Amino acid sequence: MENRLLITSSPHIKSTRTVQGIMLDVVIALIPAAIAGVVLFGFRSLLVILASVASAVASEAVYQIAVKREVTINDFSAVITGLLLALTLPPNVPVWIPVIGSAFAIVIVKQVFGGLGANFVNPALAARAFLLAAWPLHMTQDWLNPRAYDAVTSATPLVAFNSTGQTALTFKQLFLGQRLGSLGETCILALLIGGLYLIVRDVIDYRIPLGYLGTLAIGTWVFGKPGAFFQGDGLSAMLLGGAFIGSFFMATDYVTSPVTPRGRLYMGIGAGIITLIIRLWGGYPEGVTYAILFMNLVTPLIDRYVVPRYYGYGHDEMARRKAAGGETR
Amino acid sequence: MNKSKVSLGYDFVKGFIDENPTFKLAIGMCPTLAVTTSVINGFWMGVSVVFVLAFSNVFVSALRKVIPDEIRIPVFVIFIATPVVIVELLMRAYLPAIYDILGIFVPLIVVNCLIIHRAEAFAYRQPVINSLMDGLGSGMAFTINLMVIGAIREFLGTGQIAFGSVAFPEVPLFEPAAVMLTPPGGFITLGVLMALLNIAVARVNKRKKAGSDIGYGNC
Repeated sequence: MENRLLITSSPHIKSTRTVQGIMLDVVIALIPAAIAGVVLFGFRSLLVILASVASAVASEAVYQIAVKREVTINDFSAVITGLLLALTLPPNVPVWIPVIGSAFAIVIVKQVFGGLGANFVNPALAARAFLLAAWPLHMTQDWLNPRAYDAVTSATPLVAFNSTGQTALTFKQLFLGQRLGSLGETCILALLIGGLYLIVRDVIDYRIPLGYLGTLAIGTWVFGKPGAFFQGDGLSAMLLGGAFIGSFFMATDYVTSPVTPRGRLYMGIGAGIITLIIRLWGGYPEGVTYAILFMNLVTPLIDRYVVPRYYGYGHDEMARRKAAGGETR
Repeated sequence: MNKSKVSLGYDFVKGFIDENPTFKLAIGMCPTLAVTTSVINGFWMGVSVVFVLAFSNVFVSALRKVIPDEIRIPVFVIFIATPVVIVELLMRAYLPAIYDILGIFVPLIVVNCLIIHRAEAFAYRQPVINSLMDGLGSGMAFTINLMVIGAIREFLGTGQIAFGSVAFPEVPLFEPAAVMLTPPGGFITLGVLMALLNIAVARVNKRKKAGSDIGYGNC
């Protein structure tokens, strides 16, 4: 008979969660947004999404085989990177753009630094920043009209919103995503379904999107209207641009966000402030990409200074230890 | 003396792999990133550095026994600044187009830490002839590095590589990535090349070690 008595050292309580399970949850949460993108912008979007995901998975496999590491494409992390990148691209981009972008994200940003868990910024966002710097015209002009599927090269509604503080779009149009914009960022309803699913499943911490969108809304309410304070349209500021997809799906990346609950709130607030500054006073129409990349870089500092209190220690004791330069973790 | 003659060849060659200024020592980064937007810029920058480096190494080495230790850095700078002015004036006179592009980076060779590094770490302790070989070797390796980085950035950033008025291929085969001509493109190219060289060196060393293990396995 099998020996039922196990004698091991702690920990005795083991989580049943796996990397694969969490990543699969994120993929599931992104599917509504992807479907919304295809419905709004047509089958071209599907091509962009498939090209991006295929390139991400292929790059990961090729790189890991080339350097003789274990091939980990079945953990879905490459799928997420490809999917996230595709959702942040204009729907009418040439198909080679997501292919190059995903390969850059996986090889240069993720694998070269050691693979999953060792990348210092979010791979999909870094790739988006690279593509924006490499082919700026494609990345800022290849829009499609929702449901009409005709190409437009005009600026997105966010540009007008940033300069005038108001938008011609109704709340319903914004909520359902009937506007110019990146493939997966426009349909707030779909993003909200995915985001709430992740929060309910306890995959992401609500503090990051809350801090991010809250800061953005309050900041826009205060400063968003030119020439007047406290009259900006904070609600539209959250719904326009990439703030929603960024705060729920990109800023919450485990590898590049703080580990403590308080630190996560600070990260959300920081990203919100930077997005606000870039939108209102910066040279780019949208600041979500750079805001989250910047906060990714600051994450180690946040983790260093936001230290949870030990059980059994008072705040005074913690402060004393910190001042003495001792180990506070 | 005999020993130094034996290592003359090594003093020349070591700059290319073992002490490659750009990819191993990571010095002289400012011109490496700033002027490598094309092959031809990299070439002329490299040639200037070869001349300055050989000149300063020879003079530092020749006078190494009379330069007081306490003020050696200012003295080195004089030996570096002199050839830099020569290069600058020559370039202005005979290659004004190149000078317009390289601009401030030619006078800035004075503070290129590759040159002061070779003076401090090598020429100040070694005979003249070794220092000359070291200067030529390091300088030529630097030139090759700049040209390789320049070639990659120019090809990806403009879609073609230009030699004077001739460009190859005549029509870009793909839509060029503007980012490669900007500083981030320089850093990405540099990082990738640095990694590749380190991988290659590690592979060769491993194979050498394995080879010697088989040969002298019983020792």
